[in-house]
Amino acid sequence: MVTFTAGTTTVGIMLAVGLFLSIRASDALSVSGFAFLTEQQWSPETQTFGIAAILAGTVSIALIAMCVGVPLSLGTALLISDVAGGRLRGLLVTLVDLMAAVPSVVFGLWGLFFLQGNVIPVAQWISTYFGWIPLFRVADDAGTALTDASAFTSSAFIAGIVVGLMVVPTQTSVMREAFSQAPVGEREAALALGSSRWGMIRTVVIPFGRGGIIGGTMLGLGRALGETIAVYMIISPIFTINGELLKTGTNSVSALIALRYGEASEFGLSALMAAGLVLFIITLVVNFTASSIVARSRSGAETD
Amino acid sequence: MSILTQRPPGAGDPLPNPAIDLADFDDPDTPGDGRTTIPDPGTVATGPRRRLRQATLDERFNLVGALIAGVALATALFGWITPMTGSVGWVVVAFLSFLGFYVLLTALRAERQEVADKVMTALMVSAGILLFGALIFVVAYTLVRGREALVNLNFFTQTMELAGPLDPLELGGIVHAIVGTLIQISIALAITIPLGITTAVFLNEVGGRFARFVRTIADAMTALPSIVAGLFVYAAIIQLITHQRSGFAAAMAITVMMLPIVIRASDVVLRLVAGNLREAAYALGSSRWRTVWHVVLPTARSGLVTAVILGTARGIGETSPVLLTSGVTAVMNVNPFSGPMISLPLQVFDFVKSPEPNMVARGFGTAAVLLLLVLTLFAVARVIGGRGPGQLSTRQRRAATSASFDDLKRMSRRSAPAPLPPVTVPDAPVPITPPFTAPPQSRETSP
Repeated sequence: MVTFTAGTTTVGIMLAVGLFLSIRASDALSVSGFAFLTEQQWSPETQTFGIAAILAGTVSIALIAMCVGVPLSLGTALLISDVAGGRLRGLLVTLVDLMAAVPSVVFGLWGLFFLQGNVIPVAQWISTYFGWIPLFRVADDAGTALTDASAFTSSAFIAGIVVGLMVVPTQTSVMREAFSQAPVGEREAALALGSSRWGMIRTVVIPFGRGGIIGGTMLGLGRALGETIAVYMIISPIFTINGELLKTGTNSVSALIALRYGEASEFGLSALMAAGLVLFIITLVVNFTASSIVARSRSGAETD
Repeated sequence: MSILTQRPPGAGDPLPNPAIDLADFDDPDTPGDGRTTIPDPGTVATGPRRRLRQATLDERFNLVGALIAGVALATALFGWITPMTGSVGWVVVAFLSFLGFYVLLTALRAERQEVADKVMTALMVSAGILLFGALIFVVAYTLVRGREALVNLNFFTQTMELAGPLDPLELGGIVHAIVGTLIQISIALAITIPLGITTAVFLNEVGGRFARFVRTIADAMTALPSIVAGLFVYAAIIQLITHQRSGFAAAMAITVMMLPIVIRASDVVLRLVAGNLREAAYALGSSRWRTVWHVVLPTARSGLVTAVILGTARGIGETSPVLLTSGVTAVMNVNPFSGPMISLPLQVFDFVKSPEPNMVARGFGTAAVLLLLVLTLFAVARVIGGRGPGQLSTRQRRAATSASFDDLKRMSRRSAPAPLPPVTVPDAPVPITPPFTAPPQSRETSP
C-alpha cells in the first residue's frame, strides 16, 4: 500500500519535528520553570532567560500588522466580491495571489530602504499630537519626549506595517471566498427592497461572511506571529517590554532565534527551542481556531 | 488555502464524448420549425438607449472635484501652512481630505443612505488601489534599485569569490547563489512531489480515521513558523549527524516547510475530481490503484502542477529556514553534502547587511533575480492551472476525441469478425466472446 506508507511517512516527519522540539525544549524549561513566561532577560548562560519581553514584542508587531492588514483586506475582498466585475475581478484575484508569492525578503528590503525613511515623519507627527496616549508616546527613561528621528527607527510600528502588507493576501483570499458564498437570492432580495449596494453588503454579505472575516483575520495573525526575515531586517532587538510602539527597539521570537542560534551553546539552543515551541503552540492554536471558524461558517453551504 | 482558484465539480466537461461530437458534426444546422425567431428591430419604435451602469455627470464631478481638492489641500498643508514632511504623510492627509470633501459634495444632493453607499464604495476602491499600489511599488522598487547591478552581465556569470565589498559592480556576481537555489529546490522537490501527492491521494482515495488524523497533522504543520523548521533541521541534522551546514540540510528545511503546503493544495485539487469519474472507473472493474493512476491523477493534473509550482515559489523565497541551515559562502559549491551552499534569498540578506552602497545594489539585484524567478513560476502556474480539473484545451480535447475514435474503430473491427454465437443451445452457458476480455493495458487514452 504505497499511499498508506506515504501518509505514515508524512505523519512521521511531522510528529518527529514536534517531538524533537518538545524533548529538546524540556531541558531548558525544566531549569527555568514557570519563570520562562515572566522573565524579560535572555541569557541562558546565567540561567536567567524568559520570553516575556520577546513575546510582548511579537504580539505588538502582529497586532499592528492586523490594524494595517484587516481594513485593507476587508476592503479589497469586498471590492473583488461585490464591486468589481468581469475581467477586472479576475485580474484582482490574480494580483492578490501574486502578492502572496512575493518573497518576504523582498518586502523586508522595501521596508528597510524605502518605508522606514518615509514613515518616520508620520510617526513623529503621531507622537507629537497623540503622545498623551501611552502607546504613542516616545520618551526617554526620564520621561522627556523625544522628537529626534533616530528615536523612531527600527520600531514595532514600521515592522508591523511591513508584516501587515505581507499577510493581506492570505486574509483577502479567505474573506473573498466567504463573501462570494453569500446566497444570491438574499442579495437580490435586499436590492429589490430598495437597498443601496452598501446596504446590501452591510445586511447580507458581511453577516454571511462573518466567519470568513474572523477566520481570515486569524490565519493572517498566525502568519504575522511567525514572520521572521522582514522583522529581523527592520527591528533592533531589545530585551525589555517596550510599550511605546513608535520607539526604536522591539523583539520577536523568530528574530530572536535568527539572532542567537549561531552563538548558542547546547543549553542555549534548548532555550531557543523552548521559545520556538511556544511560538509554534501559539500559531497552532490561532490557526486551528481560525480554520474551525471558517469551516463552521461554511457548514451547509456546500456538501463534501 | 484558497490560493488556487477552482471551479466547483461538475462545472467542467469531464471527458469528451466522441459519439456526441461526431453526431454534432454529421448533423448540420438546419433552420427548422422549432426555432425561435427574432422580430426585425427596424419596425419597432424604441427610445434612446438608457445607460444604466454608468455614473452620472454629477457623480463624476463629485469624485474628480473631491480628488483635486484633497490633493490641493494636502499640498498646501505640506508646502506652506504646517511644517509636515514625508511622502507617506502627504498621501495620508490627501486621502483623508479627499474623503471629507467627497462626503460634503455628495451630501449636497443625496440623502444619507446614498452618501454612505458612495463613501463605502470609495473606501473599498481605495483599499484595493492602496494594496495593489503597494504590491506594484514593492516589485518596481526592487527592480529599479536592482537595475544597477543587473545591467552588468558578470552579475550572472561570476561568483563573489574575488569581489570584496568595495569592488565595483563590474566584478563579482551571484551565479553561485543561483546554482545553490536550483540544487536546493531540486532536492526539496524530489522529496516533496512524490511524498506530498501520494499523501494527498491517501487522504482523498483511502479515507478513514487515520486519513483524518494525517490531514489534521498536515494542517497543524502549516502553522509551523519557518524559522522553527530551520531550527529543527539545525539541531536534528546539522548538530547531531552532519556537523556542518550544507545544501542538503537547507533542502531538508525547505522540504519541511513545503510539504504541508503541497499536501493541502493537492488535497483541495483532488477533492474536486468529479466523483462519477471514479465511480465509473470502479464500475468498470478497475482496482483502486488503476483508478488513481488512470483517472484521478490525469484529471487533476493541471491543478496538481499548479499546487507544486506555487509550493516551489514559496519554497524558493523562504529565507529563514535557509539562514540557519545552509551557511554563507562566496564561492561556487555544487556538492550539496559538504560545505556551505548559499541560495538567492540568503544572498540578498547577506548583501544588505553590509553598509557599502555597492553591496546594497548587489542585494537589490539579487532580490530582483529572485523576484523575477518567482514571478515566472507564478505565471507558468497560472497558464497551466487556469483550468479546473478535467477541463481540456482545444488541442487536448481534439487529441482525446481522436484517441477515443481510434478505440471505437479498433473495438468494432475486433468484434466484427467474431459475432455473438448463435443462440441455438438454450441450456448451455453463453461463452464470453474474446473482445470483451481484452486486457485494459491496450487502451492508452489518458489525455
